[in-house]
Amino acid sequence: MSDEKKVQRRDFIFTASYALGAVGVGAAVWPLIDQMNPDRSVKALASTEVDISSLEPGKSITVLWRGKPVFIKRRTPEEIAEARDVSVENLPHPEKDEDRAKNPEWLVMLGICTHLGCVPLGDKGEYNGWFCPCHGSHYDTSGRIRKGPAPKNLEIPKYEFVNSNTIKIG
Amino acid sequence: MSNHNYVPSSKLGKWFNDRLPLLTLSAHLKEYPTPKNLNYWWTFGGILTFCLITQIITGVVLGMHYVAHADFAFDSVEHIMRDVNYGWLIRYVHANGASMFFLAVYIHIFRALYYGSYKSPREVIWIIGMIIYLLMMMTAFMGYVLPWGQMSFWGATVITNLFSAIPFFGEGITNWLWGGYAVDKPTLTRFFSLHYLLPFLILGLVILHIWALHVPGNNNPIGIELKKPSKDTVPFHPYIVIKDLFALLLFLIVFAFFVFYSPNILGHSDNYIEANPMVTPAHIVPEWYLLPFYAILRSVPDKLLGVVAMFASIFILVVLPWLDTSKIRSAIFRPIYKQLYWILVLDVIILGYMGAMPAEGTYLLIARAATAYYFIHFLIILPILGKKEKTLPVPPNITDPVLGGSSNPQMVKKKEKYI
Amino acid sequence: MKNIIKLIYFMFLSLILLNNNLLAVEKKKELLTSDWSFKGYFGKFDRGALQRGYQVYTEVCASCHSMKYLSYRNLAEKGGPEFSEEQAKAIAANFEVTDGPNDDGDMFTRPAKLSDKFVQPYRNVKEAMASNGGAYPPDMSVLVKARSGGADYIYSLLLGYEDPPSGTNLDDGVYYNKYMYGNNIKMPKPFMDGQVEYNDGTEATEQQMAKDVVTFLAWSAEPHLEERHKIGFRAIIYLIVITILVYFSMKKIWSRVESEV
Repeated sequence: MSDEKKVQRRDFIFTASYALGAVGVGAAVWPLIDQMNPDRSVKALASTEVDISSLEPGKSITVLWRGKPVFIKRRTPEEIAEARDVSVENLPHPEKDEDRAKNPEWLVMLGICTHLGCVPLGDKGEYNGWFCPCHGSHYDTSGRIRKGPAPKNLEIPKYEFVNSNTIKIG
Repeated sequence: MSNHNYVPSSKLGKWFNDRLPLLTLSAHLKEYPTPKNLNYWWTFGGILTFCLITQIITGVVLGMHYVAHADFAFDSVEHIMRDVNYGWLIRYVHANGASMFFLAVYIHIFRALYYGSYKSPREVIWIIGMIIYLLMMMTAFMGYVLPWGQMSFWGATVITNLFSAIPFFGEGITNWLWGGYAVDKPTLTRFFSLHYLLPFLILGLVILHIWALHVPGNNNPIGIELKKPSKDTVPFHPYIVIKDLFALLLFLIVFAFFVFYSPNILGHSDNYIEANPMVTPAHIVPEWYLLPFYAILRSVPDKLLGVVAMFASIFILVVLPWLDTSKIRSAIFRPIYKQLYWILVLDVIILGYMGAMPAEGTYLLIARAATAYYFIHFLIILPILGKKEKTLPVPPNITDPVLGGSSNPQMVKKKEKYI
Repeated sequence: MKNIIKLIYFMFLSLILLNNNLLAVEKKKELLTSDWSFKGYFGKFDRGALQRGYQVYTEVCASCHSMKYLSYRNLAEKGGPEFSEEQAKAIAANFEVTDGPNDDGDMFTRPAKLSDKFVQPYRNVKEAMASNGGAYPPDMSVLVKARSGGADYIYSLLLGYEDPPSGTNLDDGVYYNKYMYGNNIKMPKPFMDGQVEYNDGTEATEQQMAKDVVTFLAWSAEPHLEERHKIGFRAIIYLIVITILVYFSMKKIWSRVESEV
């Protein structure tokens, strides 16, 4: 074997060792990272059913889903009208109320300000919707951001009406 | 130490190094002249460092999910085993890691005994090592309590009750350790706190251990002082690094077999039964690595003296550098010591075996004989042997180990292979 | 090279010593065994046995023994009985769990969901003991790992009922079992041929039921066993390959030193 070939073989062994070593270290590190992800018992709690039969128009309840507050608001006709009577194009995050509340009487959304995660206060703010006390974001009666630092409307979770008295969130 | 005059090549490096000489340290570690005839028994230092780091990392991770409360500890361990992503893997690595750690530390200690690594000028390395070993035993013991199974609970009860042997203060001390009148909730919580703390103390001591090692440099199989650096030494990087790595990988294969194919064989099945202060398991055995000491404890029929004997068996190792009077380090040149060494190894294995057996009949007799021999070896044989033994001639350096007319077959190899 | 062989030899020797040491303590009575599918390096659970075992557990064991660490969702998880999610939901819905408090502060019952833990037969240990003549029927979630002898031991115990040797006096409500510690057991003989009716047409003999339920318990004690075997195989192959590569790298690096000698 010539010297050159020897050098090549040596380089190959070193390179292969390093490459394989990196793969192994990566594979060993992954479990240590993944263990912090939501575990199986947490993932299993994916849905919550809420009884809404006793909720009066104009009132709202807050329920906990996956550790986060969810607002369920039974809107009055005035609030619905106010939410629908807005020109969507001029909003910071344009969304139609029809898309946000499939059943216009019921508004279901995550009670988490899209700015930095505080819980907005109900029936407050310049648009009669919600107001976040942390940094002054104003949401309207459809939970859309109208004024303040928050970039997006309040998020709508996946939910469905199991029957007329029960909403299943998640 | 070499490299005091190391100057980084880059300007930034020099600026930084003038303020904190990390680059000097790294250069020192790389070039650290190491005897080139170190055999594989010397790779266990690196393996032990790996074990410690693994235990700390997996332990911190487990601490994210474990609940240190007697009502939830067992449940939280099952939660880790069932629901946490890769929780079963991390826990099995941590649990078996403790055993692998002790396996490695025993090999490391017995290597030092064989090659006389504890002798002048390395006494401080040895003493720090013994403190590390003692802390390891405390850490492992408290860690074993955390799952709050039956063995956890009763192991904790038995070991903490050792302190009740102390006259007058015994009861006060045990109550203080427990935070109550028996092992209970407060005990578990404080054990968790200490189990989390001690590994970092061990890490600090490991750094001192290595620092103390780098002052005189490594001992070597021939046990002679070397000129450093010389043709008898190689720089630590890459020679020793790659050799340690190779040995570590072999060690990991064994480790992996335990973790993946018999993860519970080194544990005890009773520890999967939740702690019950009303029922003691049929026989209580400590983890295998504590068995020799357990045998010593039980072989003395008096409570206080049993405890004293057990602690003495560890303390005796601390003063070993002054008990062994021989000037020659390596057992290669001490024909009688070499044989006594293997008898001691056997003696400790017998003690370990007896520790797992019920303390009755023949077992107890053998355990007593083995205990007696253990102390005789260190207290009587070693001091006398060092003065009387006729040792073999020692070569002047490693590279020319062939001595004219040496009858020592170890030394008459034509060419020494180092790996 | 000789050194390496010595080292490997020593490592395995020490392993064998350790293992024998432990086994010597544990093995006392020759246990019955079965051809467990989950033993060995590639062991996997037999899905059919797991599903049948679950049936045996619910129909026979569950009236006294809890399995508090299992949830209904586990029945549909990979590596387990692998019921379909719909099947698992239907199974769960057969059980009533207590939930609450509701908005009025009252506890209420509802059908179980996948995320619920297995419903327990008794409210607490005291009730379990009171209902079983003072003996607590152990929780079976980790039972296989909590008994030395593991699956074989449970299997033997289930099949180990015998008439007591003449001259033995048994108290009321105590039975004779060859494999039980002290031979006295408060659990009556659990199985008779044909006690359950398997959906898949397997004949429900005593041995078959014992085998199925022990398989189920072995899974429950070690739900990630299949994943462990799979990852373990890959990890060890990986380690062997990289060890060989590092060995040759080491040879190369050290060749510089040896040639000087």
